[in-house]
Amino acid sequence: MRGSRRKVLKAGAALAAASALPGKAFAQAGPVKIGMSMPQTGSLGAGGQAALVALRLWVDDVNQRGGLLNRKVELIAYDDQTNPANVPGIYTKLLDVDKVDLLIAPYGTVPTAPIMPMVKQRNLLLMGNFSFQVNAKVQHDMWFNNSPWNDASSWSDGFVKAGQEAGAKSIAFLAADQEFAQNLANGARELSKKANIKSVYDQNYPPTTTDFSSLIRGIRAARPDMVFVMSYPNDSVAIIRAVNEIGVGSSVQVFGGGMVGLQFTPIMTSLGSLLNGVLNYNSYVPGMKYPGIEDFLSRYAKRATDAKVDPLGFYLPPFNYAIGQMLEQAVNATKSLEHRRLAEYLRKNEMKTVVGPIRYDKMGEWANPRVVQAQFRGVADKDTEQFRQAGKQVVIYPEEYKTGNVITPFEKARSAK
Amino acid sequence: MIFSFDLLFEAVLFGVLLGCFYAAVSIGLSVSFGLLDVPHVAHPAIMILGSYCTYIVSGWGLDPILSGVVLMPAFFVLGVLIYRFYYETFERRGTEAAVRGLAFFFGLAFIIEVGLILAFGVDQRTVQAPYIGSSLALGDYRIPYRMLVAFGVALVLTAALTVYLSKTFTGRAIKAVAQDEPALRLMGANPVRIKQWAFGIATGVSALAGAMLIIVGPVEPAMDRVYIGRTFCVVVLAGLGSMTGTLAAGLILGIAESIVLMMLGASWAPAVAFGLLLIVLGIRPQGLFGR
Repeated sequence: MRGSRRKVLKAGAALAAASALPGKAFAQAGPVKIGMSMPQTGSLGAGGQAALVALRLWVDDVNQRGGLLNRKVELIAYDDQTNPANVPGIYTKLLDVDKVDLLIAPYGTVPTAPIMPMVKQRNLLLMGNFSFQVNAKVQHDMWFNNSPWNDASSWSDGFVKAGQEAGAKSIAFLAADQEFAQNLANGARELSKKANIKSVYDQNYPPTTTDFSSLIRGIRAARPDMVFVMSYPNDSVAIIRAVNEIGVGSSVQVFGGGMVGLQFTPIMTSLGSLLNGVLNYNSYVPGMKYPGIEDFLSRYAKRATDAKVDPLGFYLPPFNYAIGQMLEQAVNATKSLEHRRLAEYLRKNEMKTVVGPIRYDKMGEWANPRVVQAQFRGVADKDTEQFRQAGKQVVIYPEEYKTGNVITPFEKARSAK
Repeated sequence: MIFSFDLLFEAVLFGVLLGCFYAAVSIGLSVSFGLLDVPHVAHPAIMILGSYCTYIVSGWGLDPILSGVVLMPAFFVLGVLIYRFYYETFERRGTEAAVRGLAFFFGLAFIIEVGLILAFGVDQRTVQAPYIGSSLALGDYRIPYRMLVAFGVALVLTAALTVYLSKTFTGRAIKAVAQDEPALRLMGANPVRIKQWAFGIATGVSALAGAMLIIVGPVEPAMDRVYIGRTFCVVVLAGLGSMTGTLAAGLILGIAESIVLMMLGASWAPAVAFGLLLIVLGIRPQGLFGR
């Protein structure tokens, strides 16, 4: 009996000694669970899957560094199918069944909007993921959106200014009948009104629209000087094709503005030369310098090829990696997973990320927005690699990243190199 | 609201093309649901499968439309197998089981969608052809060639199916099974084999419709959801099982939608389809061309 007790004591001592050894061994407490829903199918699926590759890259990196609070980090992500109706259920499961420690919002405005009341009611920190003005009405004080825009003017300003420089006096609006596009459209309408640009065409289209030829004909008949389009990926492709086939009219100076999807590599590659002349928003284009972005993009590219997702990953992936970096910085600094403390830290401090330094305003949006408006130039067909070069998307706005002036009218810009 | 007769003419012209496109994507369903009473909600998913197969075959250098034609026999066999499975597991067990078959077709649609995601990812796929991305200029009007292709495919499919169903022995047997299955059984014919054949044809036609779909615009695995409502609307509006009716219903829907899109407001366009359906069902419950 005494012999066996001695053996147990020896084994216990050995275990204690082993756990005290330095290295990447994680603490006995379970992993730090980070939960989210992400559109992995449906119209935002292409972007969502690429974003997940980046987040998983951060998870691997942080675990290499010893995790958070010496605990392994685990990412739990469910597919919301780009269907906002699925999102509240997913977050309820994440919180009540999976018992996650931290939350990241799904990519996009439409899937995020339904969970805002819930996170406010439960006093939860939520890291936003390319949403647009979802907190404007809810006013949750633990919301931190990682997107390069702030309010509607931060998004549309560069586009409207480009039109003004070309002498535009009238504008046409074409917007998807969804939360994101409508928020953006409202801001753009106000901006153009302030700039004395008259609206001559204003249409919202339903998400089930399959062909845009009729709408493009309507725009052409209205003879606007600018066309501001706020569309989702599938619609953006159909709109660009219809413009190429039917023509939008010689009066148009600038075309584009808020077309989601024209930042995704597979879409850019498939549209090829049809993109030329379009002036559209972006989050990052080659040539912009942020510390660590190039290393991130090269490591991302390797994984993206295996995962069959956006091989360049300029648009969403760096921002998703940055969400992880911000959580890491906040948890390490506060040594806590308590949402209120993390929120306070995020509000008061500058975050260092692969998409540059980030500070938040009181609404949880970037205090210094930097939405890029870039014009596609000299894009050839069937060539993915060309988009790695600076110059295929000439930055018109903001001033600090500007690489060229906008070419107008739109028809001329389409053939410009 | 913008109005001019030029614009109205353009709206009607484009509505005809759009209508033919709607008819072409609905005609397979007109056979499977309209004639056979099979609640085939996986029809658009099979069409998307056809689009992806066209994407592969056209990648070998074949024209997309020709690819769709080449794929038809394989899809015919697929249709036969699907119907056989549906019949053995649901239909032969009675009406209630057939209603549960609805769940089977929903399941099938999800399996196809997820299978496509696993195989191709969620990105959009397109095909290349000389008639994609260019348009025919007629004075001030420019008509996209891809829509003219949809127009042609719809006309050819409608004509071929109408002739097949009225002039051939098997075609007439398919119509007979739709009208009175027990009577056909008493005549010594096997209605299950006839239905299996007809379902094969409906699925084969979906391959060509899928080819047309990827010509008209890029496709992605979840795109079937966009077409479920519209295809069922066209088939019911036409009157179940009428091929020429399907073309006419597609045209009515396309023209109405195009005029509304161009002149009144795009947000009203989906309401047009289902509003028309409600009105027609109120006045003629059997549909516009149903007996």
